Amino acid sequence: MLAYILRRVLTGAVLGVLVTFLTFWLLSFSFDGVVANVLGPAASPSAVAALKADLGLDRPLIVQYLDWLGGVFGGDFGVSFFTSEPVTDAVVSRLGVTLSIVLIALALSVVVSIILGVLAASRAGVIDRVSQGVSLLGLLLPNLLIAIVLVVVFAINLRLLPATGYTPFGESPLRWAASITIPVIVLVINGVSNMSAQIRGTMIGELRKDYVRTLRTRGVPTWSIVYKHALRNAAAPALVVLSLEFIAMFGGALIIENVFALPGFGSFAFNSSIQGDIPVIMGVTVFSVMLVVGVNLLTDLINGWLNPKARIY
Amino acid sequence: MISAAVLLIIVLLGIFAPWIAEHGPNDAALSAVNAPVGAPDYPLGADQNGRDIFSRLLYSINTSVVSALIGAAVAISIGLTCGLIGGYFGGRIRGGIEWVFNLIMTLPGILLLIVLMPLTKGDFRVTMLIYGVLLAPGIYRLVRNVTVGVRNELYVDAARVSGLSTLRILGRHVMPVVQGPVIISTAFLMGSAIGVQSGLAFLGVGSTEVPSFGAMIAYGFTNLYVDSLQFVWPALMLGVMTASFVLFGNSLRDALEGARPKASSVSKSAGSKGPARHEQAPKNPGDADALLSIENLHLTYPDPSGTPKPVLNGVSLAVRPGETMGLVGESGSGKTQTAFAALGVLPGEASIPEGSIKLDGRELIGLSERQLRGIRGRDIAYVPQEPMSNLDPSFTIGAQMVESLRAASSVSRSAARKRAIELLGHVGIADPERTMRLYPHQISGGMAQRVLIATAVACRPRVLIADEPTTALDVTIQAEILDLLRDLQAEMGMAILLVTHNFGVVADICERMAVMQDGRVVETGDVAEVFRNPQHPYTQKLLASILDESVVRDDDRVLAGESSEGIN
Repeated sequence: MLAYILRRVLTGAVLGVLVTFLTFWLLSFSFDGVVANVLGPAASPSAVAALKADLGLDRPLIVQYLDWLGGVFGGDFGVSFFTSEPVTDAVVSRLGVTLSIVLIALALSVVVSIILGVLAASRAGVIDRVSQGVSLLGLLLPNLLIAIVLVVVFAINLRLLPATGYTPFGESPLRWAASITIPVIVLVINGVSNMSAQIRGTMIGELRKDYVRTLRTRGVPTWSIVYKHALRNAAAPALVVLSLEFIAMFGGALIIENVFALPGFGSFAFNSSIQGDIPVIMGVTVFSVMLVVGVNLLTDLINGWLNPKARIY
Repeated sequence: MISAAVLLIIVLLGIFAPWIAEHGPNDAALSAVNAPVGAPDYPLGADQNGRDIFSRLLYSINTSVVSALIGAAVAISIGLTCGLIGGYFGGRIRGGIEWVFNLIMTLPGILLLIVLMPLTKGDFRVTMLIYGVLLAPGIYRLVRNVTVGVRNELYVDAARVSGLSTLRILGRHVMPVVQGPVIISTAFLMGSAIGVQSGLAFLGVGSTEVPSFGAMIAYGFTNLYVDSLQFVWPALMLGVMTASFVLFGNSLRDALEGARPKASSVSKSAGSKGPARHEQAPKNPGDADALLSIENLHLTYPDPSGTPKPVLNGVSLAVRPGETMGLVGESGSGKTQTAFAALGVLPGEASIPEGSIKLDGRELIGLSERQLRGIRGRDIAYVPQEPMSNLDPSFTIGAQMVESLRAASSVSRSAARKRAIELLGHVGIADPERTMRLYPHQISGGMAQRVLIATAVACRPRVLIADEPTTALDVTIQAEILDLLRDLQAEMGMAILLVTHNFGVVADICERMAVMQDGRVVETGDVAEVFRNPQHPYTQKLLASILDESVVRDDDRVLAGESSEGIN
C-alpha cells in the first residue's frame, strides 16, 4: 500500500515535469507577445530584445526550462513579470479563496446528491420526480444565469449579500460567509445536478441485483439494504464522478471568480494567462498538476477499499 | 422523447438560421442600438452594437451544436476505446494507457485552453477539439472501472473459456454494461462542451466574430441596467439545449437498460382484492395439514405499454411440514415467480390480482414489508440459484452472515459471529474462521452456495425455498449440495420447496412433486407415483424427454464423488 502510494506520487512528479515542459513549450510561441505586453505597444525592437535577454527568454528553450525546473526543486518558482510578487506566495494566497469555495460546495453537493439520488432510486414516484426535477433545474439553468439571477435578487434587489468581492475569514467570519454564499450556491446547484443523476442511475441498477433480493429474504431491514449494501456498491462509480466534479469545480471557479470578482486561484490564473505572465502560469500549472494527482490517487485508494474486486494495487 | 424533438427543432433552427433571420449575426445598425423586444425587424430587440439578438441567437445554436459534437465525439472515441482496452487487459497495456491519461488529466483544463489561445487563433472548433481530448480521461476512467468489474464476472470468464475472441467478448459482454453510463456521460459531455464554450466566450476568449451564447450573455450582463432582458434570451436557449441533452441521455438509457420499475403495487392491489376473491378459489383437499399453501395465485407484470401481462394463472400448491416438495417445469413456466411470490420479494412492478399465500394459516399477501421482515429468515428462508450474484461483492462472508443472522434473530454481534462460524463448519466448509474474512469473489461457487445455505438455515426456518440450488454448480458438487440439504432437513425438520427443472434432482431428494406449465400447476403427487404413472400429457412428455439424463444422474459414482471444491 505504501509502496503503491509512493509509486503513484513518483509517477505524479514525472507527469508534472512532462506537463510543465509541454506548457512551457506551448507558451514559447507567445514569448514575443508577452514582452510586448510588459513594455507596452510603443516599445522599440531594441528595447524588446533587451528585455528578452534580461528575462532570459532568448536562451534555448530547454536551457530555460531546466533553469526553471532547478528552481522549482529548490522551492523557488520565480517572480511575476508584472507585479514582481513571488509566485509561491501569490498562488498560495489565492488558493485559500478558491479552496474555501470549492470544498464547501463539494461537501454540500455530496450530501445533497446522495440523499436525492438514493431517495429517487429507492422510492419511485413523487420523490423520484422531484429529484429529477431538481437535477434538471441545475442543468436547465447555466451557471452564469444562476449566478446573475442570484446577484440581481440577493445583492442588488434585497441587498442581503455582497454582489462581488471577498472578505478574508480572519477579518470577519460573517462577512466571509456572506461573500462566498452566492458562488458556493452556484457550484452546489451544478454539482448536485451532475452527481445526483449519476447516483440515481447506479442505485437503480444496484437495487435490481440478486443479492438485494436475497438480503430481503433474510429479513434484513430496508434501510440497511439501501444505505449499507446498495449504496456501498454504487459508491465506486459515484466516487469517480465526485473526483471529476472536484476538478471540474476548480475549472468552474475560473468563470465564477471572474463574475464575482473574487481574488481566487481561477481569476488569478485567467488574468495571468491573458497577460502572459510566464512564471505565474508555470506555477499555476504545477499546483493544478499536484491537485489532480492527489485527488486521483485518493479516488483510487477509496475505490479499492469500497470495491474489493477492483483493487488495482 | 420530447427532449429529442426539442433538440431536433433547435438544431433545425440553427441550420436554417440564414433563411429565418432577417439580419446577419454581425450586421450592426446604429438605428437599432438597444432596440426593445418586438421592435420592427428585431423580434427580440438588438444589443448595444445594434445587432439583431434573434439572429445572433439562431447562429449561436450552430456554434453550440458544433462545439458539443466535436467535444463529445473526440472524448468518447478516445475514452471508450482506451477504457475497454485498459480495463480488459490490465498489466502493462493498462499501465501505459493510464499513464497517458493521467498526463492529460493533469493538464489544467480551461486554463490550458486560454493559454493555448495563440495556437488556436481563437477558433472555437480547435478549442473544442482540445477540450474533447481533455474530457477523454473522464470517460476512460468510467469505462475502465466498469470494465474491470465486468471482467471479473463469471459470465465473462465463461465466454473467455469457451473460446470467444476478445473483440467479441468486449462487444457482446462488456459493451452492454458500459453503454449505459457512457450514454449518460455523453449527454453531460455535450452539455459541458457547450457550457465551456459559452464560458470561454463569456470571458472574452475567442473570436468576437463568432456568435455565441456566452458572448451574448456577456454583452447582456454588462448592459444589465439598460435592458435586463438582453442576457435572458441566450441564457434561456443555452439552458434548454443542455437540459434537452441530459433528458435525452436519460431516456436513451432507460430504453437501453429497460424502464425502471413502477411504484410497488403488490401489497396494495393484492391486499384489497386478494382476500375477497380467494373464497372462490378451488380448494385443494390435501390442504388441511399444509404448512405453506398457495391457492389460485395469479401474477401479472406490465408489458412495455403498461397493460398487465399474466405470468401465473392460478397456481395452487401445498407444502406439508417436514416434506420436500419438488416444483418442476420448463423455463418460463413460472416456478421462480411462484417462489418469489411466496417469499414476498417480487419486483415492484409485479401485481397479484388474486390468490392467497398462507404460511401456517397466516395470509402473507397484503402484509407490509415490516410484517414480512419478521417472517423472513425465521419462518421462511431462501436459497438462490446463482450463488455468486446473490452475495454482496463489497462485504465479507462473515459480515453478511452476521448481519443476516442478527436481522432474523436479534442476537448479539459476537453470538451471531460464533453461530456463523459454527454454521459454516456445519455445511462442510473446511476453515470457517478464514472463510468469514473472505470476500465473495475469493471463494468458489460451491462454497458460496454452502454459505448461502448456511445463512438460510441459520434460524431454523420451517420452510426453505430453494430455487434451482444446484443448477449453477459442477456436477459432483451438485450431489454434495443435495446431500447437505437432505441432512439439514433431517436434522432441523424443515419443509423444502425445491424449484428445479431436473427430474433427476426430484427423484433424488423429493417426496412429492408439482409440475408447472404456463403459470399453472398441472399435476401434483408423490414422486414415485408421478414417475410411474404420469397423468397429465405434459408430465408424460417431460418425463420422456428427460429419461436419459435421469439415468446418468443416478450413477452411483457421481453421487459418491469426492469433494473437489476448495478455496480459490
